[in-house]
Amino acid sequence: MRTSEHAVRTEGLQKQYGSTRALDGLDLAVPYGVVYGLLGPNGAGKTTAVRILATLLRPSGGRAEVAGLDVTRQPRLVRRRIGLLGQQTAVDDVLTARQNLVLFGRLYHLGRKTSRRRADELLAQFGLTGAAGKAPKTFSGGMRRRLDLAASLLLAPEVLFLDEPTTGLDPAGRREVWQAIRGLTAGGTTVLLTTHYLDEADKLCDRIVVIDHGRNLVEDTPDGLKRRIGSDRLEIVAAEPDDLPAIAELAGKVAGDHAEATVDEAGLSVSVAVADGVRALTEAAAELRSRSVMVADLGLRRPTLDEAFLHLTGAKPAGDKETPA
Amino acid sequence: MSGLVLPVKTAETAETRVAQAKWAVLDCFTVVWQELTHLTRQPSTFAWQLGFPIMMVLMFVYVFGSAMDVTGQGAGEAYLEFAMPGLFAMTMAFGFTNTAYAVAYGKEKGFVDRFRSMPMAPSAVVTGRGVADLLHATVDLLLLLAIALVLGWRAGGSLAATLGAFGLLLWLRLSLIFVGIYLGFLVKNVEMAGNLFAVAFPLGFISSVFAPPDLMPGWLGAIAAWNPVSATAGASRELFVSPAVPSGYWIESHLVAAALLWPLAITLVFLPLAIRRYQRLRW
Repeated sequence: MRTSEHAVRTEGLQKQYGSTRALDGLDLAVPYGVVYGLLGPNGAGKTTAVRILATLLRPSGGRAEVAGLDVTRQPRLVRRRIGLLGQQTAVDDVLTARQNLVLFGRLYHLGRKTSRRRADELLAQFGLTGAAGKAPKTFSGGMRRRLDLAASLLLAPEVLFLDEPTTGLDPAGRREVWQAIRGLTAGGTTVLLTTHYLDEADKLCDRIVVIDHGRNLVEDTPDGLKRRIGSDRLEIVAAEPDDLPAIAELAGKVAGDHAEATVDEAGLSVSVAVADGVRALTEAAAELRSRSVMVADLGLRRPTLDEAFLHLTGAKPAGDKETPA
Repeated sequence: MSGLVLPVKTAETAETRVAQAKWAVLDCFTVVWQELTHLTRQPSTFAWQLGFPIMMVLMFVYVFGSAMDVTGQGAGEAYLEFAMPGLFAMTMAFGFTNTAYAVAYGKEKGFVDRFRSMPMAPSAVVTGRGVADLLHATVDLLLLLAIALVLGWRAGGSLAATLGAFGLLLWLRLSLIFVGIYLGFLVKNVEMAGNLFAVAFPLGFISSVFAPPDLMPGWLGAIAAWNPVSATAGASRELFVSPAVPSGYWIESHLVAAALLWPLAITLVFLPLAIRRYQRLRW
């Protein structure tokens, strides 16, 4: 029974901490059945938004609905329809993995038998059956996070919030968690995830909203966003610091008349946005060779989140610490 | 996509108070189960937490005790009888640091957030902690009692008086659970909660736990005599019929009443504070 067209909807959502505005009129409209990404730098207001939607924080202004229910007026009902994977992995390190899931099942009042059955199902779903009797403190980061994810899915929630699900994990752990997240929408769950990794948003999300300073900037599909952010970047790492100015001039020339190369003196690198990556790469290689400039590295790469922001807003992201919550 | 969502009631108001109370009790039990499972899976917790009082027993009874004249009948006379009730009371008093630590840990590790995002009764986070800590304190007392009995300590009063003394000890612990919960939510992180021991130390030692306040300088003696820990220590001495000479402090002739009223006063102040702190997590 759907009471709303949107799994999550906010209008002019605000949150004020003293004189700091963590959220400053955030508007979200998340349709059902998608993985929706909230992308932004630290301090953009992502965590604050999730905490309000998960009924942990009261907004200072505006409205927020989850599954058609008002989060401030009907928090208890909202809690029956959501799952939350917080920034911290909230599993009990002393209980076994299975006891952890049974504990949360009991707190959802699933009953003893159902809790145990659900626990075993979820352990199997996330590849943890073999570790069911072990305490999570012996697990790898990726395993702990998968158990954490299983714990947020006991009720098969309508809306699942994932707050930076892979921050602090090694590459293997990130891949494990990504794989676990991908299967979720097939079961009918709408996922709202926050991240400050462009590649994570790109790989997992059906739609992405970029937020900064507590406001939404752009909403698009991953492909649309990539088009807006701009193409690939040509990056050249100099072998000698003295060569940097020459390389910067060369890179600008290869990219086209108005392109300005960014110079990172500490990293000895020069980067510039290019329209046709492969052509720019070959031209740069030829130029470097004809001028006999030695370089440490030459390649194409995706823009970073900072560069994307520069492109979208013409300004650096807020970049300050995530608001305490 | 349908069929996966469990049935929910249509309006928040449709839940009766009785149903809510039932949830609250069940959730409290579930949280208590979690805490007790910790203890059964990690019995070494008791060794860590009781190590300090046991060391105190041995040090005071065998090292310093022989030099202390607590009864007026000579140094070292009946010091075990004097010190044991004090150590019971001190262990109860220091217990609030365990509560605060557990609360701060749950907050820092995101456990409290997960609980608060679930449909469980919000009160269970606090009540579950309280019941679990009280059960834990009971086991602490039984273990200390066993050690006291091995050392030759005996309760001199009736069974009812002895049980009454243990009741007063747990009554003190209960009131300090609310202090612990309040402080646990108040402190910024687990490290700060660990430092609370520095607060507990004077609370435990500037008291009648190890020495009669009469032997201290006047102003310090008054503080020690009026310390809630002294009230419980002194009242349990009375109920255990331990040989302690009553001193000149007025409160020392009303120890049982003080041991009943002090924790009540602490509860009346800190229970609302703890609840308010918990609710303010949403601010």
